[in-house]
Amino acid sequence: MHKSPIVVDGISKSYPVGKEKVNAVTNISFIVNPGEIFGLIGPDGAGKTSLFRILTTLLIPDNGNAYVEGFNTVNDYHEIRKIVGYMPGRFSLYQDLSVEENLSFFATLFNTSLEENYDLVKDIYNQIEPFKKRRAGKLSGGMKQKLALCCALIHRPHVLFLDEPTTGVDAVSRTEFWTLLRKLQDQSITMMVSTPYMDEASLCDRVALIQNGNILDIDTPKEITNKFENPLWAFRSDQMYKLLLDLQQMDNVIACYPFGQHHHVVLHQDQDVPEILDQLKAKGQTNLKAEPGIVTIEDCFMQQMRK
Amino acid sequence: MNFPLSIESINLTKRFGDFTAVDSISFQVKKGEIFGFLGANGAGKTTAMRMLSGLSKPTSGSAVVAGYNLEFQSEKIKQNIGYMSQKFSLYEDLKVKENIRFYGGIYGLTDQQIKEKSEFMLHQLNLGGSANTMVRSLPLGWRQKLAFSVAMLHDPSVIFLDEPTGGVDPVTRREFWQLIYSAADRGTTVFVTTHYMDEAEYCDRVSIMVDGRIEALDTPVNLVNTYKVKTMADVFVKLARKATRGE
Repeated sequence: MHKSPIVVDGISKSYPVGKEKVNAVTNISFIVNPGEIFGLIGPDGAGKTSLFRILTTLLIPDNGNAYVEGFNTVNDYHEIRKIVGYMPGRFSLYQDLSVEENLSFFATLFNTSLEENYDLVKDIYNQIEPFKKRRAGKLSGGMKQKLALCCALIHRPHVLFLDEPTTGVDAVSRTEFWTLLRKLQDQSITMMVSTPYMDEASLCDRVALIQNGNILDIDTPKEITNKFENPLWAFRSDQMYKLLLDLQQMDNVIACYPFGQHHHVVLHQDQDVPEILDQLKAKGQTNLKAEPGIVTIEDCFMQQMRK
Repeated sequence: MNFPLSIESINLTKRFGDFTAVDSISFQVKKGEIFGFLGANGAGKTTAMRMLSGLSKPTSGSAVVAGYNLEFQSEKIKQNIGYMSQKFSLYEDLKVKENIRFYGGIYGLTDQQIKEKSEFMLHQLNLGGSANTMVRSLPLGWRQKLAFSVAMLHDPSVIFLDEPTGGVDPVTRREFWQLIYSAADRGTTVFVTTHYMDEAEYCDRVSIMVDGRIEALDTPVNLVNTYKVKTMADVFVKLARKATRGE
Protein backbone atom coordinates (compact mmCIF):
# COMPACT_ATOMS: atom_id res chain seq x y z
CA MET A 1 0.00 0.00 0.00
CA HIS A 2 1.31 3.43 -0.87
CA LYS A 3 0.88 6.13 1.73
CA SER A 4 1.16 9.05 -0.65
CA PRO A 5 -2.16 10.49 -1.82
CA ILE A 6 -1.08 10.17 -5.45
CA VAL A 7 1.44 7.75 -6.92
CA VAL A 8 2.06 7.58 -10.65
CA ASP A 9 4.35 4.74 -11.62
CA GLY A 10 5.53 4.41 -15.20
CA ILE A 11 2.27 5.47 -16.82
CA SER A 12 1.98 5.53 -20.62
CA LYS A 13 -1.06 6.21 -22.78
CA SER A 14 -1.42 6.57 -26.51
CA TYR A 15 -4.37 7.41 -28.76
CA PRO A 16 -4.95 6.58 -32.40
CA VAL A 17 -4.95 9.67 -34.62
CA GLY A 18 -5.93 8.58 -38.11
CA LYS A 19 -3.65 5.64 -38.90
CA GLU A 20 -0.97 6.73 -36.47
CA LYS A 21 -0.56 6.34 -32.76
CA VAL A 22 0.19 9.44 -30.74
CA ASN A 23 1.69 9.14 -27.27
CA ALA A 24 -0.18 11.37 -24.85
CA VAL A 25 2.03 10.45 -21.88
CA THR A 26 5.21 8.39 -22.00
CA ASN A 27 6.47 6.48 -18.97
CA ILE A 28 5.64 9.14 -16.41
CA SER A 29 6.29 8.68 -12.68
CA PHE A 30 5.82 11.01 -9.72
CA ILE A 31 4.49 11.11 -6.17
CA VAL A 32 2.35 13.80 -4.56
CA ASN A 33 2.77 14.32 -0.81
CA PRO A 34 -0.11 14.71 1.68
CA GLY A 35 -1.59 18.22 1.77
CA GLU A 36 0.45 19.42 -1.17
CA ILE A 37 -0.65 21.66 -4.03
CA PHE A 38 1.05 19.87 -6.88
CA GLY A 39 1.13 21.70 -10.21
CA LEU A 40 1.23 20.17 -13.67
CA ILE A 41 2.63 22.96 -15.79
CA GLY A 42 2.63 22.65 -19.55
CA PRO A 43 1.05 23.76 -22.82
CA ASP A 44 -1.99 22.22 -24.54
CA GLY A 45 -1.23 18.73 -25.74
CA ALA A 46 1.41 18.09 -23.08
CA GLY A 47 -0.58 15.17 -21.64
CA LYS A 48 -2.02 16.89 -18.57
CA THR A 49 -5.64 15.91 -19.15
CA SER A 50 -4.75 12.28 -19.86
CA LEU A 51 -3.04 12.08 -16.49
CA PHE A 52 -6.08 13.56 -14.77
CA ARG A 53 -8.39 11.13 -16.50
CA ILE A 54 -6.21 8.17 -15.54
CA LEU A 55 -6.00 9.27 -11.90
CA THR A 56 -9.74 9.87 -11.67
CA THR A 57 -10.35 6.34 -13.07
CA LEU A 58 -11.93 7.58 -16.29
CA LEU A 59 -9.17 6.28 -18.54
CA ILE A 60 -7.12 3.08 -18.40
CA PRO A 61 -3.38 3.47 -19.02
CA ASP A 62 -1.61 1.31 -21.64
CA ASN A 63 1.23 0.67 -19.20
CA GLY A 64 2.13 1.38 -15.61
CA ASN A 65 0.12 1.79 -12.43
CA ALA A 66 -1.40 4.72 -10.63
CA TYR A 67 -2.68 4.90 -7.06
CA VAL A 68 -4.82 7.39 -5.19
CA GLU A 69 -4.56 7.00 -1.42
CA GLY A 70 -3.23 3.52 -2.02
CA PHE A 71 -6.07 2.43 -4.29
CA ASN A 72 -5.22 1.22 -7.76
CA THR A 73 -6.92 3.33 -10.42
CA VAL A 74 -7.91 0.27 -12.48
CA ASN A 75 -8.85 -2.32 -9.85
CA ASP A 76 -10.16 -0.10 -7.07
CA TYR A 77 -11.86 2.58 -9.15
CA HIS A 78 -14.97 2.32 -7.01
CA GLU A 79 -13.10 3.35 -3.86
CA ILE A 80 -11.27 6.15 -5.61
CA ARG A 81 -14.45 7.75 -6.93
CA LYS A 82 -15.68 8.18 -3.36
CA ILE A 83 -12.63 10.06 -2.15
CA VAL A 84 -11.66 12.31 -5.03
CA GLY A 85 -13.11 15.53 -6.36
CA TYR A 86 -12.58 16.34 -10.03
CA MET A 87 -13.01 19.63 -11.83
CA PRO A 88 -12.52 18.89 -15.53
CA GLY A 89 -11.12 21.49 -17.91
CA ARG A 90 -14.35 21.80 -19.79
CA PHE A 91 -17.26 23.19 -17.73
CA SER A 92 -19.30 20.09 -16.98
CA LEU A 93 -22.10 21.11 -14.67
CA TYR A 94 -25.73 21.10 -15.71
CA GLN A 95 -26.22 24.39 -17.53
CA ASP A 96 -30.01 24.15 -17.23
CA LEU A 97 -29.98 23.66 -13.47
CA SER A 98 -29.62 26.58 -11.11
CA VAL A 99 -26.62 27.06 -8.87
CA GLU A 100 -28.33 25.51 -5.86
CA GLU A 101 -29.82 22.68 -7.92
CA ASN A 102 -26.39 21.74 -9.21
CA LEU A 103 -25.01 21.74 -5.69
CA SER A 104 -27.81 19.64 -4.25
CA PHE A 105 -27.60 17.23 -7.21
CA PHE A 106 -23.90 16.54 -6.64
CA ALA A 107 -24.42 16.38 -2.88
CA THR A 108 -27.17 13.78 -3.31
CA LEU A 109 -24.93 11.62 -5.51
CA PHE A 110 -22.57 11.32 -2.55
CA ASN A 111 -25.30 10.93 0.07
CA THR A 112 -24.53 14.25 1.63
CA SER A 113 -25.81 17.83 1.64
CA LEU A 114 -24.51 21.35 1.37
CA GLU A 115 -25.29 21.89 5.06
CA GLU A 116 -23.21 18.90 6.14
CA ASN A 117 -20.01 20.23 4.58
CA TYR A 118 -20.82 23.90 4.80
CA ASP A 119 -17.64 24.83 6.70
CA LEU A 120 -15.54 23.43 3.87
CA VAL A 121 -17.19 25.33 1.02
CA LYS A 122 -18.51 28.43 2.77
CA ASP A 123 -15.78 30.80 1.50
CA ILE A 124 -16.51 29.81 -2.06
CA TYR A 125 -20.24 29.42 -1.62
CA ASN A 126 -20.54 32.90 -0.14
CA GLN A 127 -19.32 34.34 -3.44
CA ILE A 128 -21.86 32.48 -5.56
CA GLU A 129 -24.78 32.56 -3.12
CA PRO A 130 -26.18 35.84 -4.51
CA PHE A 131 -26.74 33.94 -7.79
CA LYS A 132 -28.10 30.72 -6.32
CA LYS A 133 -31.34 30.90 -8.34
CA ARG A 134 -29.51 31.61 -11.58
CA ARG A 135 -28.98 28.84 -14.12
CA ALA A 136 -25.38 27.66 -14.27
CA GLY A 137 -25.23 28.36 -18.00
CA LYS A 138 -25.94 32.04 -17.35
CA LEU A 139 -23.07 32.57 -14.93
CA SER A 140 -19.89 34.49 -15.78
CA GLY A 141 -16.68 32.52 -16.36
CA GLY A 142 -15.31 33.28 -12.92
CA MET A 143 -18.58 32.32 -11.22
CA LYS A 144 -18.89 29.07 -13.21
CA GLN A 145 -15.43 28.18 -12.06
CA LYS A 146 -16.32 28.79 -8.41
CA LEU A 147 -19.51 26.76 -8.69
CA ALA A 148 -17.58 23.89 -10.29
CA LEU A 149 -15.09 24.00 -7.43
CA CYS A 150 -17.91 23.99 -4.92
CA CYS A 151 -19.50 20.94 -6.59
CA ALA A 152 -16.15 19.12 -6.67
CA LEU A 153 -15.79 19.72 -2.93
CA ILE A 154 -19.32 18.92 -1.81
CA HIS A 155 -18.48 15.38 -0.58
CA ARG A 156 -15.35 16.50 1.29
CA PRO A 157 -12.85 14.67 -0.97
CA HIS A 158 -9.37 13.75 0.28
CA VAL A 159 -7.78 14.50 -3.06
CA LEU A 160 -8.89 17.23 -5.43
CA PHE A 161 -8.07 17.18 -9.15
CA LEU A 162 -8.32 20.51 -10.95
CA ASP A 163 -7.67 20.44 -14.68
CA GLU A 164 -6.85 23.92 -15.96
CA PRO A 165 -9.28 25.71 -13.66
CA THR A 166 -7.94 29.14 -14.68
CA THR A 167 -7.63 28.77 -18.45
CA GLY A 168 -9.26 31.61 -20.37
CA VAL A 169 -10.04 33.37 -17.12
CA ASP A 170 -8.84 36.93 -16.66
CA ALA A 171 -5.98 37.86 -14.35
CA VAL A 172 -8.24 39.11 -11.55
CA SER A 173 -10.39 35.97 -11.34
CA ARG A 174 -7.24 33.85 -11.56
CA THR A 175 -5.76 35.55 -8.50
CA GLU A 176 -9.00 35.09 -6.56
CA PHE A 177 -9.17 31.41 -7.48
CA TRP A 178 -5.67 30.72 -6.22
CA THR A 179 -6.50 32.42 -2.94
CA LEU A 180 -9.38 29.96 -2.57
CA LEU A 181 -7.11 26.98 -3.26
CA ARG A 182 -4.63 28.16 -0.64
CA LYS A 183 -7.44 28.30 1.91
CA LEU A 184 -8.51 24.76 1.04
CA GLN A 185 -5.02 23.59 1.82
CA ASP A 186 -5.68 24.43 5.46
CA GLN A 187 -8.37 21.71 5.37
CA SER A 188 -5.61 19.17 4.55
CA ILE A 189 -6.91 18.42 1.09
CA THR A 190 -4.26 17.30 -1.38
CA MET A 191 -4.56 19.06 -4.71
CA MET A 192 -3.27 18.35 -8.18
CA VAL A 193 -3.81 21.32 -10.46
CA SER A 194 -2.77 21.93 -14.04
CA THR A 195 -2.22 25.23 -15.79
CA PRO A 196 -0.75 26.57 -19.01
CA TYR A 197 0.10 29.83 -17.21
CA MET A 198 3.70 29.52 -16.08
CA ASP A 199 3.34 32.38 -13.60
CA GLU A 200 0.93 30.24 -11.58
CA ALA A 201 3.65 27.65 -10.97
CA SER A 202 5.07 29.72 -8.13
CA LEU A 203 1.75 29.31 -6.29
CA CYS A 204 2.23 25.52 -6.05
CA ASP A 205 4.28 23.66 -3.45
CA ARG A 206 5.87 21.48 -6.08
CA VAL A 207 5.46 21.37 -9.83
CA ALA A 208 6.06 19.01 -12.71
CA LEU A 209 6.97 20.72 -15.97
CA ILE A 210 5.42 18.64 -18.71
CA GLN A 211 5.76 18.77 -22.49
CA ASN A 212 4.87 16.25 -25.23
CA GLY A 213 3.96 13.58 -22.68
CA ASN A 214 7.29 13.79 -20.87
CA ILE A 215 8.21 15.35 -17.56
CA LEU A 216 10.98 17.90 -18.00
CA ASP A 217 11.54 18.49 -14.30
CA ILE A 218 9.86 18.01 -10.92
CA ASP A 219 10.73 20.15 -7.92
CA THR A 220 9.68 23.09 -5.80
CA PRO A 221 9.31 26.24 -7.91
CA LYS A 222 12.23 27.78 -6.03
CA GLU A 223 14.55 24.84 -6.67
CA ILE A 224 13.62 24.77 -10.35
CA THR A 225 14.60 28.40 -10.81
CA ASN A 226 17.74 27.93 -8.68
CA LYS A 227 18.86 25.18 -11.02
CA PHE A 228 18.90 27.50 -14.06
CA GLU A 229 22.29 26.82 -15.56
CA ASN A 230 23.32 29.96 -17.45
CA PRO A 231 23.57 33.66 -16.72
CA LEU A 232 20.28 35.37 -17.54
CA TRP A 233 20.16 39.06 -18.41
CA ALA A 234 17.32 41.45 -19.10
CA PHE A 235 17.89 43.91 -21.95
CA ARG A 236 15.86 46.81 -23.17
CA SER A 237 16.23 49.74 -25.56
CA ASP A 238 14.20 52.20 -27.60
CA GLN A 239 13.71 49.72 -30.43
CA MET A 240 12.66 46.45 -28.87
CA TYR A 241 12.00 44.47 -32.07
CA LYS A 242 15.33 45.42 -33.61
CA LEU A 243 17.01 44.65 -30.29
CA LEU A 244 15.48 41.18 -30.36
CA LEU A 245 16.71 40.49 -33.88
CA ASP A 246 20.18 41.91 -33.14
CA LEU A 247 20.60 39.84 -29.99
CA GLN A 248 19.37 36.65 -31.63
CA GLN A 249 22.11 36.98 -34.25
CA MET A 250 24.97 37.20 -31.75
CA ASP A 251 27.31 34.24 -31.29
CA ASN A 252 27.66 34.51 -27.51
CA VAL A 253 23.89 34.59 -27.03
CA ILE A 254 22.33 31.16 -26.42
CA ALA A 255 18.77 32.40 -26.56
CA CYS A 256 16.93 35.71 -26.60
CA TYR A 257 13.18 36.11 -26.29
CA PRO A 258 10.71 38.82 -25.27
CA PHE A 259 9.89 38.70 -21.59
CA GLY A 260 7.53 41.35 -20.25
CA GLN A 261 9.18 44.75 -20.35
CA HIS A 262 12.56 43.27 -21.31
CA HIS A 263 14.14 40.73 -23.58
CA HIS A 264 15.60 37.86 -21.62
CA VAL A 265 19.02 36.89 -22.86
CA VAL A 266 20.65 33.57 -21.94
CA LEU A 267 24.44 33.80 -22.10
CA HIS A 268 27.45 31.52 -21.79
CA GLN A 269 29.04 33.80 -19.20
CA ASP A 270 28.43 37.17 -17.55
CA GLN A 271 31.65 38.58 -18.97
CA ASP A 272 30.04 38.72 -22.38
CA VAL A 273 27.68 41.55 -21.41
CA PRO A 274 29.96 44.61 -21.95
CA GLU A 275 31.02 43.26 -25.33
CA ILE A 276 27.41 42.65 -26.34
CA LEU A 277 26.45 46.18 -25.29
CA ASP A 278 29.27 47.60 -27.45
CA GLN A 279 28.14 45.57 -30.42
CA LEU A 280 24.54 46.70 -29.95
CA LYS A 281 25.57 50.35 -29.72
CA ALA A 282 27.52 49.94 -32.95
CA LYS A 283 24.30 48.66 -34.54
CA GLY A 284 22.62 51.93 -33.59
CA GLN A 285 20.72 50.89 -30.45
CA THR A 286 19.88 53.79 -28.17
CA ASN A 287 18.85 54.01 -24.52
CA LEU A 288 20.27 50.55 -24.04
CA LYS A 289 19.97 48.96 -20.61
CA ALA A 290 21.07 45.56 -19.34
CA GLU A 291 20.59 44.16 -15.86
CA PRO A 292 20.71 40.67 -14.36
CA GLY A 293 17.36 39.02 -15.11
CA ILE A 294 15.12 37.29 -12.59
CA VAL A 295 14.80 33.63 -13.54
CA THR A 296 11.20 32.43 -13.69
CA ILE A 297 9.64 29.01 -14.23
CA GLU A 298 8.98 30.02 -17.81
CA ASP A 299 12.70 30.63 -18.43
CA CYS A 300 13.40 27.17 -16.99
CA PHE A 301 10.68 25.58 -19.10
CA MET A 302 12.16 27.10 -22.22
CA GLN A 303 15.66 26.00 -21.25
CA GLN A 304 14.39 22.44 -20.84
CA MET A 305 12.68 22.67 -24.24
CA ARG A 306 15.95 23.69 -25.89
CA LYS A 307 17.65 20.50 -24.66
CA MET B 1 -1.32 64.01 -38.70
CA ASN B 2 2.06 62.33 -39.02
CA PHE B 3 0.75 58.79 -38.93
CA PRO B 4 -2.17 57.58 -40.98
CA LEU B 5 -4.82 55.97 -38.82
CA SER B 6 -5.82 52.34 -39.26
CA ILE B 7 -8.66 52.36 -36.78
CA GLU B 8 -10.64 55.30 -35.50
CA SER B 9 -13.51 54.57 -33.17
CA ILE B 10 -15.82 57.41 -32.15
CA ASN B 11 -18.29 56.76 -29.33
CA LEU B 12 -18.85 53.21 -30.56
CA THR B 13 -21.70 51.68 -28.59
CA LYS B 14 -23.54 48.35 -28.57
CA ARG B 15 -26.65 47.66 -26.52
CA PHE B 16 -28.46 44.37 -26.15
CA GLY B 17 -31.85 45.32 -24.73
CA ASP B 18 -31.12 47.42 -21.66
CA PHE B 19 -27.61 46.00 -21.33
CA THR B 20 -24.83 48.21 -22.70
CA ALA B 21 -22.08 45.79 -23.72
CA VAL B 22 -19.86 48.48 -25.22
CA ASP B 23 -20.34 51.95 -23.84
CA SER B 24 -19.21 54.75 -26.13
CA ILE B 25 -15.60 53.80 -26.73
CA SER B 26 -13.34 56.18 -28.63
CA PHE B 27 -9.74 55.51 -29.62
CA GLN B 28 -7.33 55.61 -32.52
CA VAL B 29 -4.84 53.04 -33.73
CA LYS B 30 -1.97 54.13 -35.97
CA LYS B 31 -0.76 52.24 -39.00
CA GLY B 32 1.85 49.64 -38.09
CA GLU B 33 1.01 49.83 -34.41
CA ILE B 34 0.64 46.79 -32.13
CA PHE B 35 -2.43 47.67 -30.10
CA GLY B 36 -3.28 45.50 -27.08
CA PHE B 37 -6.99 45.38 -26.33
CA LEU B 38 -7.33 44.14 -22.76
CA GLY B 39 -10.18 43.68 -20.35
CA ALA B 40 -11.62 41.21 -17.88
CA ASN B 41 -14.00 38.46 -19.05
CA GLY B 42 -17.26 40.16 -19.91
CA ALA B 43 -15.81 43.67 -20.22
CA GLY B 44 -17.02 43.91 -23.82
CA LYS B 45 -13.87 43.14 -25.81
CA THR B 46 -15.38 40.53 -28.09
CA THR B 47 -18.43 42.69 -28.85
CA ALA B 48 -16.17 45.64 -29.67
CA MET B 49 -13.99 43.46 -31.88
CA ARG B 50 -17.03 42.07 -33.72
CA MET B 51 -18.17 45.61 -34.46
CA LEU B 52 -14.75 46.78 -35.63
CA SER B 53 -14.44 43.80 -37.97
CA GLY B 54 -17.82 44.51 -39.54
CA LEU B 55 -19.60 41.47 -38.10
CA SER B 56 -21.94 43.32 -35.76
CA LYS B 57 -23.71 46.65 -36.29
CA PRO B 58 -23.12 49.29 -33.64
CA THR B 59 -26.17 50.69 -31.83
CA SER B 60 -24.61 54.13 -32.08
CA GLY B 61 -21.30 55.78 -32.74
CA SER B 62 -19.04 55.25 -35.72
CA ALA B 63 -15.70 53.88 -36.75
CA VAL B 64 -13.31 53.92 -39.67
CA VAL B 65 -11.31 50.71 -40.11
CA ALA B 66 -8.62 50.28 -42.77
CA GLY B 67 -9.89 53.45 -44.43
CA TYR B 68 -13.52 52.34 -44.69
CA ASN B 69 -16.56 53.51 -42.83
CA LEU B 70 -18.13 50.90 -40.61
CA GLU B 71 -21.65 52.06 -41.29
CA PHE B 72 -21.60 52.06 -45.09
CA GLN B 73 -18.63 49.91 -46.10
CA SER B 74 -18.53 46.92 -43.78
CA GLU B 75 -17.98 44.53 -46.72
CA LYS B 76 -14.94 46.56 -47.78
CA ILE B 77 -13.66 46.34 -44.23
CA LYS B 78 -13.96 42.55 -44.23
CA GLN B 79 -11.86 42.37 -47.41
CA ASN B 80 -9.13 44.51 -45.94
CA ILE B 81 -8.70 42.97 -42.52
CA GLY B 82 -7.44 39.64 -41.27
CA TYR B 83 -8.91 37.80 -38.30
CA MET B 84 -7.77 34.89 -36.24
CA SER B 85 -8.84 33.53 -32.89
CA GLN B 86 -7.76 30.76 -30.61
CA LYS B 87 -11.04 28.96 -31.11
CA PHE B 88 -11.58 29.00 -34.82
CA SER B 89 -8.96 29.46 -37.41
CA LEU B 90 -8.25 26.55 -39.75
CA TYR B 91 -10.13 23.52 -41.04
CA GLU B 92 -8.73 20.57 -39.14
CA ASP B 93 -9.69 17.96 -41.69
CA LEU B 94 -8.05 19.77 -44.57
CA LYS B 95 -4.35 19.54 -45.34
CA VAL B 96 -2.07 22.49 -44.68
CA LYS B 97 -1.88 23.42 -48.35
CA GLU B 98 -5.63 22.92 -48.79
CA ASN B 99 -6.30 25.42 -46.02
CA ILE B 100 -4.03 27.94 -47.73
CA ARG B 101 -5.73 27.24 -51.06
CA PHE B 102 -9.18 27.61 -49.48
CA TYR B 103 -8.51 30.93 -47.78
CA GLY B 104 -6.63 32.23 -50.80
CA GLY B 105 -9.73 31.49 -52.88
CA ILE B 106 -12.02 33.23 -50.41
CA TYR B 107 -9.90 36.37 -50.55
CA GLY B 108 -9.85 36.29 -54.36
CA LEU B 109 -6.18 35.55 -54.88
CA THR B 110 -5.14 34.15 -58.27
CA ASP B 111 -3.74 30.61 -58.54
CA GLN B 112 -0.32 32.08 -59.22
CA GLN B 113 -0.54 34.30 -56.11
CA ILE B 114 -1.68 31.39 -53.98
CA LYS B 115 1.23 29.27 -55.23
CA GLU B 116 3.78 31.96 -54.48
CA LYS B 117 2.28 32.82 -51.09
CA SER B 118 2.11 29.15 -50.09
CA GLU B 119 5.77 28.58 -50.84
CA PHE B 120 6.85 31.72 -49.02
CA MET B 121 4.67 30.95 -46.01
CA LEU B 122 5.67 27.31 -45.65
CA HIS B 123 9.30 28.32 -45.90
CA GLN B 124 8.94 31.14 -43.35
CA LEU B 125 7.20 28.84 -40.89
CA ASN B 126 9.56 25.93 -41.53
CA LEU B 127 6.54 23.88 -42.52
CA GLY B 128 7.87 22.88 -45.95
CA GLY B 129 7.74 19.19 -45.13
CA SER B 130 4.19 19.37 -43.79
CA ALA B 131 2.27 20.79 -46.78
CA ASN B 132 0.31 17.53 -47.08
CA THR B 133 -0.24 17.06 -43.35
CA MET B 134 -3.76 17.30 -41.98
CA VAL B 135 -4.02 20.42 -39.84
CA ARG B 136 -5.49 18.21 -37.12
CA SER B 137 -2.13 16.41 -36.76
CA LEU B 138 -0.08 19.60 -36.38
CA PRO B 139 1.03 20.59 -32.89
CA LEU B 140 -1.09 23.45 -31.53
CA GLY B 141 1.73 25.99 -31.70
CA TRP B 142 2.38 25.32 -35.39
CA ARG B 143 -1.31 25.44 -36.09
CA GLN B 144 -1.56 28.89 -34.50
CA LYS B 145 1.42 30.21 -36.45
CA LEU B 146 -0.08 28.80 -39.64
CA ALA B 147 -3.47 30.34 -38.79
CA PHE B 148 -1.80 33.71 -38.35
CA SER B 149 -0.06 33.49 -41.70
CA VAL B 150 -3.26 32.36 -43.40
CA ALA B 151 -5.09 35.35 -41.90
CA MET B 152 -2.35 37.51 -43.45
CA LEU B 153 -2.60 35.82 -46.86
CA HIS B 154 -4.37 38.73 -48.56
CA ASP B 155 -1.99 41.34 -47.09
CA PRO B 156 -4.65 42.97 -44.92
CA SER B 157 -3.82 46.40 -43.56
CA VAL B 158 -5.23 45.49 -40.14
CA ILE B 159 -5.17 42.10 -38.41
CA PHE B 160 -7.42 41.24 -35.46
CA LEU B 161 -6.07 38.57 -33.13
CA ASP B 162 -8.39 37.25 -30.44
CA GLU B 163 -6.35 35.44 -27.78
CA PRO B 164 -4.08 33.95 -30.42
CA THR B 165 -1.62 32.32 -28.02
CA GLY B 166 -3.94 30.63 -25.49
CA GLY B 167 -2.49 27.31 -24.30
CA VAL B 168 0.57 27.55 -26.54
CA ASP B 169 3.97 26.54 -25.13
CA PRO B 170 6.28 29.38 -24.07
CA VAL B 171 8.78 29.00 -26.89
CA THR B 172 6.13 28.93 -29.61
CA ARG B 173 4.36 31.84 -27.90
CA ARG B 174 7.53 33.91 -28.40
CA GLU B 175 7.85 32.74 -32.00
CA PHE B 176 4.27 33.82 -32.51
CA TRP B 177 5.02 37.26 -31.14
CA GLN B 178 8.01 37.49 -33.43
CA LEU B 179 5.59 36.96 -36.35
CA ILE B 180 3.48 39.80 -34.94
CA TYR B 181 6.49 42.10 -34.59
CA SER B 182 7.60 41.30 -38.10
CA ALA B 183 4.13 41.98 -39.54
CA ALA B 184 3.93 45.30 -37.70
CA ASP B 185 7.42 46.16 -38.93
CA ARG B 186 6.14 45.71 -42.50
CA GLY B 187 3.31 48.17 -41.79
CA THR B 188 0.44 45.87 -40.79
CA THR B 189 -1.61 47.15 -37.89
CA VAL B 190 -2.08 44.55 -35.17
CA PHE B 191 -5.09 44.60 -32.85
CA VAL B 192 -4.66 41.87 -30.25
CA THR B 193 -6.36 40.54 -27.10
CA THR B 194 -4.63 38.29 -24.57
CA HIS B 195 -4.86 36.94 -21.05
CA TYR B 196 -1.08 36.72 -20.78
CA MET B 197 -0.04 39.92 -19.08
CA ASP B 198 3.57 39.67 -20.23
CA GLU B 199 2.20 39.96 -23.76
CA ALA B 200 0.54 43.25 -22.85
CA GLU B 201 4.07 44.59 -22.35
CA TYR B 202 4.96 43.70 -25.96
CA CYS B 203 2.34 46.06 -27.36
CA ASP B 204 3.08 49.62 -28.47
CA ARG B 205 -0.07 50.82 -26.73
CA VAL B 206 -2.65 49.09 -24.60
CA SER B 207 -6.26 49.85 -23.74
CA ILE B 208 -8.03 48.30 -20.76
CA MET B 209 -11.80 47.88 -20.85
CA VAL B 210 -13.85 47.77 -17.68
CA ASP B 211 -17.63 47.31 -17.79
CA GLY B 212 -17.90 48.31 -21.44
CA ARG B 213 -15.78 51.46 -21.22
CA ILE B 214 -12.13 52.10 -21.97
CA GLU B 215 -10.74 52.86 -18.55
CA ALA B 216 -7.12 53.40 -19.55
CA LEU B 217 -5.16 53.77 -22.78
CA ASP B 218 -1.44 54.41 -23.11
CA THR B 219 1.94 52.81 -23.69
CA PRO B 220 2.72 50.04 -21.19
CA VAL B 221 5.53 52.14 -19.70
CA ASN B 222 3.25 55.13 -19.14
CA LEU B 223 0.48 52.99 -17.66
CA VAL B 224 2.86 51.39 -15.21
CA ASN B 225 4.09 54.86 -14.20
CA THR B 226 0.61 56.39 -14.00
CA TYR B 227 -0.68 53.68 -11.69
CA LYS B 228 2.59 53.58 -9.74
CA VAL B 229 2.99 49.80 -10.07
CA LYS B 230 5.65 47.47 -11.46
CA THR B 231 4.04 45.58 -14.32
CA MET B 232 1.09 45.57 -16.69
CA ALA B 233 -0.34 42.70 -14.67
CA ASP B 234 -0.56 45.05 -11.67
CA VAL B 235 -2.18 47.77 -13.79
CA PHE B 236 -4.71 45.27 -15.10
CA VAL B 237 -5.64 43.91 -11.70
CA LYS B 238 -5.93 47.41 -10.26
CA LEU B 239 -8.35 48.51 -13.00
CA ALA B 240 -10.29 45.30 -13.55
CA ARG B 241 -11.06 44.95 -9.86
CA LYS B 242 -13.29 47.99 -10.24
CA ALA B 243 -15.59 46.02 -12.52
CA THR B 244 -19.08 45.59 -11.16
CA ARG B 245 -20.63 43.41 -13.79
CA GLY B 246 -20.01 39.77 -14.72
CA GLU B 247 -19.90 38.16 -18.15
